[in-house]
Amino acid sequence: MAKDSGIGASIKRREDVRFLTGAGNYTDDISIPGQLYCFFLRSTVAHGKLNGVDTAAAAKMPGVVRIFTGKDFEAVGGLPCGWLITSRDGTPMKEPKHPILASGKVRHVGDPIAAVVARSLAEARDAAEAIEVDIEELPAVIDMKAAVSGSAASVHDEAPDNICYDWGFVEENRDAVDAAIKGAHHVTTLDLTNQRLVANPMEPRVAVGDYNRASGESTLYTTSQNPHVIRLLMGAFVLGIPEHKLRVVAPDVGGGFGSKIFHYAEEAFCTFAAKAIGKPVKWTSDRSEAFLSDAQGRDHVTKIELALDQNGKFLAIRTNTLANMGAYLSTFSTSVPTWLHGTLMAGNYTTPLIYCNVKAVFTNTVPVDAYRGAGRPEATFQLERVIDKAAREMGIDPIELRRRNFVPADAFPYQTPVAVQYDVGNYQATMDKIVELADVAGFPARRAESAARGKLRGLGVNAYIEACGIAPSQLVGQLGARAGLYESATVRVNAAGGIVVMTGSHSHGQGHETTFPQVIAEMFGVSEDMVDIVHGDSARTPMGMGTYGSRSIAVGGSAMVRAAEKIISKAKKIASHLMEASAEDVEFKNGVFSVAGTDKTIDFASVALAAYVPHNYPLDQIEPGLEETAFYDPSNFTYPAGAYACEVEVDPETGVVEVKSFAAADDFGNVINPMIVEGQVHGGLAQGIGQALRENTVYGADGQLLTGSFMDYAMPRADDMPMFTVDHSCQTPCSHNPLGVKGCGEAGAIGSPPAVVNAVLDALNSGGIKVDHIDMPVSPARVWDAIQAAQH
Amino acid sequence: MPKVSMTVNGETVSGDVEGRTLLVQFLREHLGLTGTHVGCDTAQCGACVVHVNGDSVKSCNVFAAALDGASVTTIEGMANADGTLGVVQQAFQDHHGLQCGFCTPGMVMTAADLLKRNPNPTEAEVRAYLEGNICRCTGYHNIVKAIMAAAANMSGAKVAAE
Ligand code: FES
Ligand code: FES
Repeated sequence: MAKDSGIGASIKRREDVRFLTGAGNYTDDISIPGQLYCFFLRSTVAHGKLNGVDTAAAAKMPGVVRIFTGKDFEAVGGLPCGWLITSRDGTPMKEPKHPILASGKVRHVGDPIAAVVARSLAEARDAAEAIEVDIEELPAVIDMKAAVSGSAASVHDEAPDNICYDWGFVEENRDAVDAAIKGAHHVTTLDLTNQRLVANPMEPRVAVGDYNRASGESTLYTTSQNPHVIRLLMGAFVLGIPEHKLRVVAPDVGGGFGSKIFHYAEEAFCTFAAKAIGKPVKWTSDRSEAFLSDAQGRDHVTKIELALDQNGKFLAIRTNTLANMGAYLSTFSTSVPTWLHGTLMAGNYTTPLIYCNVKAVFTNTVPVDAYRGAGRPEATFQLERVIDKAAREMGIDPIELRRRNFVPADAFPYQTPVAVQYDVGNYQATMDKIVELADVAGFPARRAESAARGKLRGLGVNAYIEACGIAPSQLVGQLGARAGLYESATVRVNAAGGIVVMTGSHSHGQGHETTFPQVIAEMFGVSEDMVDIVHGDSARTPMGMGTYGSRSIAVGGSAMVRAAEKIISKAKKIASHLMEASAEDVEFKNGVFSVAGTDKTIDFASVALAAYVPHNYPLDQIEPGLEETAFYDPSNFTYPAGAYACEVEVDPETGVVEVKSFAAADDFGNVINPMIVEGQVHGGLAQGIGQALRENTVYGADGQLLTGSFMDYAMPRADDMPMFTVDHSCQTPCSHNPLGVKGCGEAGAIGSPPAVVNAVLDALNSGGIKVDHIDMPVSPARVWDAIQAAQH
Repeated sequence: MPKVSMTVNGETVSGDVEGRTLLVQFLREHLGLTGTHVGCDTAQCGACVVHVNGDSVKSCNVFAAALDGASVTTIEGMANADGTLGVVQQAFQDHHGLQCGFCTPGMVMTAADLLKRNPNPTEAEVRAYLEGNICRCTGYHNIVKAIMAAAANMSGAKVAAE
């Protein structure tokens, strides 16, 4: 029978009730009496010298309280970048200042030039139109290859060649990789683009700054995945506000997908302006503004070479990538194409030699940073595409080629040649599972049925691996991370037995308020109803690093378990005193303490009460109270892995691709709430299929964003998606965290794009249309063009 | 400023609005009904869907002043009289049809509208009807399941009542 409580139970989400009745509390729902509204005047040109900003006329407009320009921010810091990358020649990356409001130059369409604070948003907007901006346009640097060609303009004086860093990994392997490729039986080469995407959580970003003149405390309400990180970055590096005078609250947040990790100018602005004016200041992004100001994702151009022996064994991989940083370095931007990408190039395979070269490029476009998967989708796409191409070239079945190269189940822990060590895994098992789930055996019959209707049917099957649970602090510190990446939790047992967990993890759709109590319920033998979760408020939770990189349960959950273990250990001592037994003899099971070999018992709630009403209590040995905090620093990453299968039907007359089915077999280790895990996979798959078939971010040569609204940026809609078949029954529990969990948030978006593209190419080639590659999004126009090119 | 009065979730309300005030602004800012959300500025996302005189309407796309005398239902008005979740709301919880919850009010309002017009939709009909509602979290899988389940529960409830 399925469990109805604790770890492994698909219990319904408690947070749903407020969201389903309109009682959610998102940042834009917060209105503070007397608040003012802010509107940002943004650059309409991609690159230009900012000669002057004249606000005199605008300042006289009705309702205007104050107008700020770049000059007001010259004395404060720029938005910091959290990860230092060192180039192959040993020099540090180029790190130009990212000002709150543009100063000297504008560097992308949407770069904020001035901010109007007024009594109403309409008045602020009207006044912004009256600001006179004098910009001398400069040539826009948009295309990455042109940007590094030596003849382009420079986005920043600090990087005349537009190169932020030139990173080699693993540098010592370079010559060996070159030699292996030179001498190989077969080398498959593929040039591909991982196109730029916009995360587009449905809730646009919002910031409300408030300043309390009595206490001198600033409060920022913001749409963030990690309020403590924002407090740290904004307080220490931008505005110089000591942490005890700065509170950051991220209440209900309507999705993030990475784009709400970063510290943004608007947050710092509202905090700054609220103090300067002495009134609350609110900014709400509209969607058009989000397209021009939320950090975007992906945007890699890569050449990958895979060397194989005559049996199809992988010998070496070499990649060359240009990674777009956009106009400024966003918070984690520099780590994405490097440590979150190069370290994953071994995939699920035993390739002994790997070398990646990544050049990060400044362009006059919106900054690029982590988006669901962050570096790992780019690695997986290259690898799983080049393997399919190699299989076709060598006449080996693509599933069989993968199986020949999988890290064997008995080879764990497995040290890859790209720094990371996989602790556990079983890639043949997830491949077996997907072959069964997707009914690969029945595919020829389905293909024949499609052919009878004039359609080409294709099957794409691939594996993926990712590194989650970021991250072991010492390791990432050596790699350039400027912060620790532990997580924290405080578990407070109240006198009457109610439990509150304060966690540094943040839920913006993941359902922590439901899953975290399941863990506590299991450990303490109480009902979930007795447990509440507090998150998203720097004043109410211990310092924690937040939620991204599928880290919440693996790192935040582990911190909670450690704190809960401390509670149990202390409670045992109290129980032993109350039962007049020795602590070693006390057992704790199903919420009851008992003395081994006797019938003496005492329940959890009675022990909690004794901790707070210590009349009969070992005060000489332990303190009263039952509250513990733990900081958990993981000893390794976790490595979720699996295999995905996509079946498509291509109409050769029109190039239209229809996804007929999609199946996923994931190994997430242990699973706390299967219903929620499956939902996470569904969402990831939709984003991956969206990337494969629909989404694209297009800039004109002049730097205008051509896909700046939902009219032009093709978000996946309900009728683009099939029902999904998802399975997580293949489980190799993580060996180094207490719950044996790996994380599930990004897998769907990482593993699915190659499955879709491989399926389309399988369909075309099966119809005698020889096509090696089509770049994403594999739109009808691109498929049709490829068909025409192949036939003529 | 024009004065407008309407019935919202069964209560008569009125207020002074600018000509350019949108219905969604009137609901959120004047009435404090923040369950209705704004997810775009091109009438594409459906986070703002409410019912006006029984029809689903994108409240970001109509002026409040034009709705004098109208009857409006928002997500805050969808629960049963005893405060329990309505059939569509309950189905969304039962089938995990929401994650971050931001698209959810619009999804529920659109789903309720669909089921009023078509009590037994096919999966394809559900997907087609959600054309104007974007969800970035769920991949739609569980939203579609929830709406199909709500349809089944409603017709089951009707059979039981007959
Ligand atoms: S806010 Fe109304 S459709 Fe997007
Ligand atoms: S639940 Fe987050 S957008 Fe639909």
